[in-house]
Amino acid sequence: MIRLENVAYNYGGGALFTGVSLHLEPGSFHFLTGPSGTGKTTLLKLCYGELLPTSGRVQLFGKDSAGMNRDEVALMRRRIGVVHQDCQFLDHLSVAENVVLPLTVAGRANEVGQDLTDLLGWVGLERQASQLPPELSGGERQRAALARAVMVSPDVLIADEPTGNVDWEMSQRLLHLLIELNRMGKAVLIATHDLNLIRAAKAQVQARVLRLQGGELQSAGAEL
Amino acid sequence: MNKVFALLSGDPNADRAVPPTGYTARLTVFTAGAMAFLAVFALSLTLATNRLADRWSSELARTATLRISAPADQIDAQVRAAMNVLDTTPGIATARPLSTQEQQDLLEPWFGPDLPLESLPIPQLIEITETDVGFDPIGLRARLQVEVPGAVLDDHTRWRDPLVQAANRIRSLGFVSLLLIGGATGAMITLAAQSALAANGQVIRVMRLVGARDTYIARAFVRRFTLRAALGALAGTLLGLVAIALLPQGDTAGGFLTGLGFKGAGWLWPFLIPPFAAIVAFFATRAAAFRTLGNLS
Ligand SMILES: Nc1ncnc2c1ncn2[C@@H]1O[C@H](COP(=O)(O)OP(=O)(O)OP(=O)(O)O)[C@@H](O)[C@H]1O
Ligand SMILES: [Mg+2]
Repeated sequence: MIRLENVAYNYGGGALFTGVSLHLEPGSFHFLTGPSGTGKTTLLKLCYGELLPTSGRVQLFGKDSAGMNRDEVALMRRRIGVVHQDCQFLDHLSVAENVVLPLTVAGRANEVGQDLTDLLGWVGLERQASQLPPELSGGERQRAALARAVMVSPDVLIADEPTGNVDWEMSQRLLHLLIELNRMGKAVLIATHDLNLIRAAKAQVQARVLRLQGGELQSAGAEL
Repeated sequence: MNKVFALLSGDPNADRAVPPTGYTARLTVFTAGAMAFLAVFALSLTLATNRLADRWSSELARTATLRISAPADQIDAQVRAAMNVLDTTPGIATARPLSTQEQQDLLEPWFGPDLPLESLPIPQLIEITETDVGFDPIGLRARLQVEVPGAVLDDHTRWRDPLVQAANRIRSLGFVSLLLIGGATGAMITLAAQSALAANGQVIRVMRLVGARDTYIARAFVRRFTLRAALGALAGTLLGLVAIALLPQGDTAGGFLTGLGFKGAGWLWPFLIPPFAAIVAFFATRAAAFRTLGNLS
């Protein structure tokens, strides 16, 4: 579904990474690790078409991301749920409204129903449903962002540090949600520094761990 | 039609997605209101001029005057000859020499009541009224020149033409004013919409990240500005109408200033202003939205 072929990216200075190839197939589960500032977030942005590769090819659902028009980009985004590292909410809308926003903009707001309550319950945000995002704690924001990402039941779920600010117990709940989705056949890609999270996941699903370091993407060894 | 309906009924969720744009929204309402107020006056001027031109044409067009100046001993013969010519001219309904008393009345305002008309070489006037078809002034003049050398035909074109011309000119100015008002409204709303869009760059970014199409984002802005403009224009139009209705009513015939206003069904014309403002706002905001969205990548 998502294919990166020999991709390089730079923000104008030197190349952040080169020769990156990555295939996200249905039912696959990937972790992306690496030191801060090596370009994990950048690599994820290439995977949902927010950035275009400096060289190489990124194919999203069979289409070259560089050749998509705006409408195609919009439709592609509806198939990919993303938890952004900086969350990206509409601060004037309530948490609940933000969580259903992907359905709203797709004209499917009437499909919400019970799912929203269940989802907010699972991530522990029923009480905060009508609050505004700026009033949430860092961990609550991340949970809301994850709820929004899974709301549309996407084909691919991409999460950038989804458990950075939550306690161990909550991170297990969130992981459980991601694993459930993966079992339904969705592709999951998570960037994280949290080795415990990776270990916990590997105990439950077949997960590949990738390491971005020194401008290259490698498979992490068995030490994890 | 479906699109118009969708725009009016709107998608409350889409509307909520765009945060309130307090300042630019008020600016739009005010601009549309002020422009509509001005448009009411431009419209009223145009319509009043129309009526005036019609009246001048119809009142003056139906009549003409023949003036006969001749030595006292020839005047009767010439009047008879002129009446002969007029009676046989097609397009003339009636021709009647004014009586001495009537001529006296005409001159009284200028010379006072004691004018010894008999002893003065005053020309004799013949009042002519036309049929609906009207006569041919050039042919008539040619005949008169031969048969009644002392006759001068005044068919009032001398008076009428410049008046009608002036009326037409004022009417054109009224139209140009309406166009300019429409254009200025469009320009102001474009600026307001553009600044609203620019101020909401982050909102647009987030909406795009969750898969909103540009048309969806644009519609939320377009709907908001269109409704604001229509609302402002309605208020401005009503105020303009009240102002016009409160103009002092003078019934002096032909008083130009007191003729400014709407008559009968003419009162309905100004109600085209709010929908027109909405249409202008719709296209101005749409163009601004798609341009801004195109630049934001
Ligand atoms: N918009 C940008 N313009 C220029 N440079 C940028 C931009 N975004 C990121 N960078 C740089 O690119 C590098 C990689 O950034 P990125 O956010 O991808 O790192 P990361 O691996 O996700 O880091 P972290 O683990 O801290 O989240 C950093 O050095 C950053 O300063
Ligand atoms: Mg990052």
